[in-house]
Amino acid sequence: MTASAAAGLRTGRIVVVGASLAGLRAAEALRDEGFTGELTLIGAEPHAPYDRPPLSKGVLSGRLNCDHIVLPRVRNIDARWLLGTPATGLDVPGRRVELADGRGVAYDRLLIATGTRARPWPVQTGGRLDGVHVLRTREDAERLRGALVAGPSRVLVIGAGFTGGEVTSSCRELGLAVTVTQRSATPLASALGGVIGRAAADWYREAGVDLRPHTTVRTLEGHPSGRLRRAVLSDGTTVDAEVAVVATGALANTEWLAGSGLAADHRGVVSDAGCRALTADGRPVEDVFVAGDVARWPHPRYPGQLMRLDHWDNAVAQAHTAAHNITHGPGEQLVHRPLPAFWSQQFGRYLKSIGVPALADQVVVTQGSLDRRQFVATYGLHGRLVGAVAVDSPRVLDGYAALVEAGAPFPPVLGATDGPAHLDPVDAAFPGRAAGSTPDHALSAPAPTAHR
Amino acid sequence: MITQPPPPPLRLVVDLNRCQSYGQCVYAAPTVFRFHGEESLEYDYTPDAGVRREVARAAAACPVQAITLGGATEPAPTASGDDR
Repeated sequence: MTASAAAGLRTGRIVVVGASLAGLRAAEALRDEGFTGELTLIGAEPHAPYDRPPLSKGVLSGRLNCDHIVLPRVRNIDARWLLGTPATGLDVPGRRVELADGRGVAYDRLLIATGTRARPWPVQTGGRLDGVHVLRTREDAERLRGALVAGPSRVLVIGAGFTGGEVTSSCRELGLAVTVTQRSATPLASALGGVIGRAAADWYREAGVDLRPHTTVRTLEGHPSGRLRRAVLSDGTTVDAEVAVVATGALANTEWLAGSGLAADHRGVVSDAGCRALTADGRPVEDVFVAGDVARWPHPRYPGQLMRLDHWDNAVAQAHTAAHNITHGPGEQLVHRPLPAFWSQQFGRYLKSIGVPALADQVVVTQGSLDRRQFVATYGLHGRLVGAVAVDSPRVLDGYAALVEAGAPFPPVLGATDGPAHLDPVDAAFPGRAAGSTPDHALSAPAPTAHR
Repeated sequence: MITQPPPPPLRLVVDLNRCQSYGQCVYAAPTVFRFHGEESLEYDYTPDAGVRREVARAAAACPVQAITLGGATEPAPTASGDDR
C-alpha cells in the first residue's frame, strides 16, 4: 500500500463502543500502534473501566469495595469518553453510532466491544421479585452484597458454573446457608465435564453447601409484598430463600446492532479471523471490527465452528489484534488465534485452564489426584491433547500449554513424579453427549463463564 | 521554578492467567497483595500512593511479570466529564 494510504489508517475518527477491559485496552493499543486521529470511547456504564472478576469474590465477601477494582490505564490516550450513554443503533453505510441520549457519533472505523450481560431470570416465573439478583456489574455486586450482609436465612444460587461457584463460595465465607441447583450431574460440567465436576461437587459439599444436581428451578414465588419467598424446583420440592442469585450464563449485548446488517444475535457478533465484522450474509465489513466477550470468530486452531471466549485474557489479546488490524493495511493483518486460558477462585482453590477442555472426549489426571487438594487433569480429543486444568497447581500449566500448542498426543507422556503410574483416560462426561462421542457445538454452547 | 508534574495515581492489575502464586508481591507489599486460600492471590487495584515504592518493588520482583501498573496521567474518565 502507498505511504499516504498507510498514514490514512493512523488518522481519522475511530469509535470504540464498549468501555470495559477490551475497549480500554484496544484504545490504548490504537495509540501504541501510532493512531493519531480522534478517538472516542462509548460506555453504557457510568464508571471508568473496572475489573469484573473480583465482583463475585473479594467484593461479595467484603474484602474489596468497588472503588478498589478500577483498572489501571496504562498510558494516556487523549480520548473523548462518553460514559453512561449506551449505544442504541448502528448505521453501517452512514458510519454512525446512535446513542441513547439522541446524539449520533460519526466514525471512519468502529470497534465493537460491548461484551455480555448476565442472563436474567424470566419475569413470568418470578424474575421481578425483590431478592432475585444477577451478577455482572458493580451495581449488581453492591446490591447483592447489601442483600447478603442483611443476613438472609438462605441463599439460592441457580447454576453451578464458574460464577455460581464463586458466588456460593463467597456466601459460605459469610456464613450463609446456600442451596445450589444445577441442571447437569455436577458443577462445572459444561466447561470441564463430569469427571472434574465430581471433584468440584466435593468442594461444595465440604463447604457445607446444599447442592442439588440434576435439578432446575421451575418458578420463584414471592410474598404479597413482592419479596422472594421460595423456589419451586423441578423435582417438586421447595426451597425457602430470601435471596436468589441467577448464574445461568451470559447474553451478548447486541440489541443495538439490530437492523445494522451485521451478523449479530444473543450469541455475539460474528467476525473473520482478523476481527473484521461480517454482514449477515458473510461478507467482511472493511471498517467495523469486533473484540472481547461479544466476538465470535473462526479460530484457525478449531475449524468448523465459531468461538466465543468470554475470558479476561482474550479481551486483552483480541483488543490488541483488532487495534493492529485497524491501523494496518492488507499485507500486515494479524490472525487472532490465542491459546484459550482462564482462571477461577472458589472454595479456597485456584483453578486454571488452558486450551478448550469442552472439546474433549476423554480426560485423565496426570498429576496429583481428584481427592487431593492439588491435581492436574488433561483433556484429549481423538488422541490429541486439547486442554488442561490445574487446581492449586499454578506453576505447572505452562508446560501443558506448550504441549497443547504443539498438538501433542493424548494421553500425554510426562513422567511427572507426582502422577499416577499408568494413565488410564476415561470419558470426559460432558452433559448432553453420549459417552465417547465428540462435541457438535462445544464452542457455541452457552459460555461457561461471564467474566473470566 | 520548575515543578514536577504529579505522578499518576497508583493503579495496578495482576494477570491471574500468568500468576503462578510465587508470592513475591505479598512479601514486597503486604498491605496490597495477599493470598486468599493457599494459592489464590487477591489485591487492591487502587492502593494509597504511600505504598508506591513497595508496589514498584512487587511488580519488579514478580517472576512471571504478571503485574501491570497504571501509566496514564490523564484524569480518570467520568460519566459527566467529557462532552467536547
